[in-house]
Amino acid sequence: MNNAGIIIEGPNVAHSAGAEHHGHEHHEQHFIWKYIFSQDHKMISKQFLVTGMIWAVIGALMSVFFRLQLGFPDSTFPIMEKFLGDWAKGGKLTPEFYYALVTMHGTILVFFVLTAGLSGTFANLLIPIQIGARDMASPFMNMLSYWFFFASSIIMLVSLFVETGPASGGWTTYPPLSALKEASLGSGLGMDLWLLSMALFVVSSLLGGLNYISTILNMRTKGMTMTRMPLTIWALFFTAVLGVLSFPVLFSGVVLLIFDRNFGTSFYLSEIFIGGKALPHIGGSAILYQHLFWFLGHPEVYIIMLPGMGMASEVLSTHSRKPIFGYFAMIISLIGITLLAFLVWAHHMFVTGMSPFLGSIFVLLTLLIAVPSAVKVFNWLTTMWRGNIRFNPPMLFAIGFVSLFISGGLTGLFLGNSAIDIHLHDTYFVVAHFHIVMGVSAFFGMFAGIYHWFPKMFGRFMNNTLGYIHFFITLVGAYLIFWPMHYEGIAGMPRRYYDFSAWETFKHFQDINAFISIIATIVFFAQLLFVVNFFASMFRGRKVTTMNPWGSTTLEWTTPINPGHGNWEGDIPDVYRWPYDYKDDGNGGDFISQTTPLRPGEESH
Amino acid sequence: MSQATATTAQEPNLWGGGRSPFNVSYGKMMMWFFLLSDALTFGAFLISYGTTRFFSAVWPDANTVFKSFPFLEGHNLPLVFVSLMTFILIMSSVTMVLAVHAGHYGDKKSVATWLLWTIIGGIAFLGCQAWEWTHLAGECGGLWGTFTNVNTPVHEYQQFFNMENKEVANMLHTQPLVAMQSTHNFFNYFFTITGFHGGHVTSGVIFNILMLVNTVNGTYERRGHYEMVEKIGLYWHFVDLVWVFVFTCFYLL
Repeated sequence: MNNAGIIIEGPNVAHSAGAEHHGHEHHEQHFIWKYIFSQDHKMISKQFLVTGMIWAVIGALMSVFFRLQLGFPDSTFPIMEKFLGDWAKGGKLTPEFYYALVTMHGTILVFFVLTAGLSGTFANLLIPIQIGARDMASPFMNMLSYWFFFASSIIMLVSLFVETGPASGGWTTYPPLSALKEASLGSGLGMDLWLLSMALFVVSSLLGGLNYISTILNMRTKGMTMTRMPLTIWALFFTAVLGVLSFPVLFSGVVLLIFDRNFGTSFYLSEIFIGGKALPHIGGSAILYQHLFWFLGHPEVYIIMLPGMGMASEVLSTHSRKPIFGYFAMIISLIGITLLAFLVWAHHMFVTGMSPFLGSIFVLLTLLIAVPSAVKVFNWLTTMWRGNIRFNPPMLFAIGFVSLFISGGLTGLFLGNSAIDIHLHDTYFVVAHFHIVMGVSAFFGMFAGIYHWFPKMFGRFMNNTLGYIHFFITLVGAYLIFWPMHYEGIAGMPRRYYDFSAWETFKHFQDINAFISIIATIVFFAQLLFVVNFFASMFRGRKVTTMNPWGSTTLEWTTPINPGHGNWEGDIPDVYRWPYDYKDDGNGGDFISQTTPLRPGEESH
Repeated sequence: MSQATATTAQEPNLWGGGRSPFNVSYGKMMMWFFLLSDALTFGAFLISYGTTRFFSAVWPDANTVFKSFPFLEGHNLPLVFVSLMTFILIMSSVTMVLAVHAGHYGDKKSVATWLLWTIIGGIAFLGCQAWEWTHLAGECGGLWGTFTNVNTPVHEYQQFFNMENKEVANMLHTQPLVAMQSTHNFFNYFFTITGFHGGHVTSGVIFNILMLVNTVNGTYERRGHYEMVEKIGLYWHFVDLVWVFVFTCFYLL
């Protein structure tokens, strides 16, 4: 102990070290390290985005197939047989595969597109580059996060092709349908693969989330205080917190489900008789699974919503050429939503026989979410008020985001009341509500982000005309698809049914169903237009010629047009002001970059 | 590279950027958040266990189930063995503290010694758990998915209940299947949760062995700090803390 008394501290926690290792990153990298096993946050974000887009097309195509069944239950569509083989023999979807399609559509869109594809893309792209960091805290773990997602994707994809079909008990995979292998075709191998895939997905989300949180807390450039961070970063921060705290509970639920399936336990199974024979499962509770699932499931919808909220804030402010209205209110409402997200899960379970008193507490907490949500909506509207608005595709999608968030949010008030929910539960009203608010609205946030940051990702613009067409078809289409569903739901039309023609009560909705299906198919092709625009613009889009094409204040636009690994050529810039200084800069410009020091006598925000 | 010099150069504002507001490296911060996440996994398990138990009319009695000690079979020694296990695990936390402490002074030899003791403690705990599992599965016949057959004779599960309690004894007489169901659930949760904890201890032992190798090879000495020991130390303490809750839920309550 001759060196006793000299206390060695941990590694240097100031991240100026990042600047030192920068500079030798410029040598040519091998294709594999640059594009496949890349540790550059920008490349990883593109990997998440492209994987998410492939999943989105698959998931949306599934919805077209089952919408064809719902809209035209008496017709056959030979093209379906081309895609689905024996599952649609003679062009008629089998009931078993209808359920498989509905289940996979939900799983894919909720987890693979709007969780991994959305926050995976934008947390990776924006966090380092907007807070002024060379890369994520741990680029290696970041790479692992993508590859776990990739493995999870492959397993889910494989499950589509097994003989008994993929999981088919709904995206929530409630037991006993998910716990008993003999319960349905998809309860066998398909369900095993679903569970395996989701376990890997949780690992991916955890690795990513830990990285996002520590990067935001630890790696901000000098002067980038927490309250000078763009709202995108605040939103992505709370998204990561939600993921890190809620996915582990799903993980526990999945572990118990695996034991029930394979090791004879009865966590979720009570006395069940099949063919008059009692199964060797006693004393479990299927409701327990619902609690564990929705403890993730509800925060999950905010995991989907928050990135869109952050990006819409950024895009609305930039393209209205006005500071965001109520910056602090925006942050506080994000905090409120994050806290409440963990306290409302049982509103998905009002009809499970829960105590009405407990239900009333969940009603109260659920309706409280309307407060921060309304704060955000009014702030977005007042941000645009009297702004110098540029109606370009990112801005249109951001406005569409707000519109859909309002429409979908209002119906949430109906469903959040337990008394009304008893009537509306599991009807098309619910389908309409969550598709508008967390499906299409979140997608609009994502589209706004893609159109807005495409120039940063690829150094080119996306085609505007195609962008406008994409926007109008999607917005009008979304309302035409989901608006009528509210009426069907109020009339009691249940979701997840294969064919309504057997019910006298629902027969008169046949025309509406057919109408919805036609619009859904059109909207699907409009999304293909977007995909074409995306890939064509990557190679042939109009080139970005200035570093800051949108005239934006935030740090990502101070990097070179095609930033290398390390983002800034020289030192990382220091930050002197908040991210929404859209005002006269004294030289005829209408914005002041975060890197511009305060002028003499100028007050900081 | 001591952080004192690094921080004085910055503006005094902790959250002002350009530094870590908590004076920790990203790795340590990630470990903290990971532990928070892991705590929710265990929390979900324990709450599931709690609700199932709460809704059961009777529940096996820990003093009756856990009364054996290796080589002293036949003696009634309730909770003695698990107390030994708990003591071993807590002592391994103490040796881990000493390893981390030695790391702060760069004392390579002491770090290695204390890590070795921690590994021994971890392996001893796992050995104890292996004995307990074998004992329960062998002599008591309890494992995942056992006690589901309605024709099981009552005496096979009566041994897990406190028959001195009149209410319990009465329940086993009048509604033995309720007691069998509780036994089934008891073992399901016991093996799942202690197994999940044991898996954490196992991975902790593996991490400790890796660190011991690195320490002996001088990897951390060359790096100039033993922060890796500190990070795994956090994990190890967390796993011990979880055991305290598992111990309380299964053996004390």
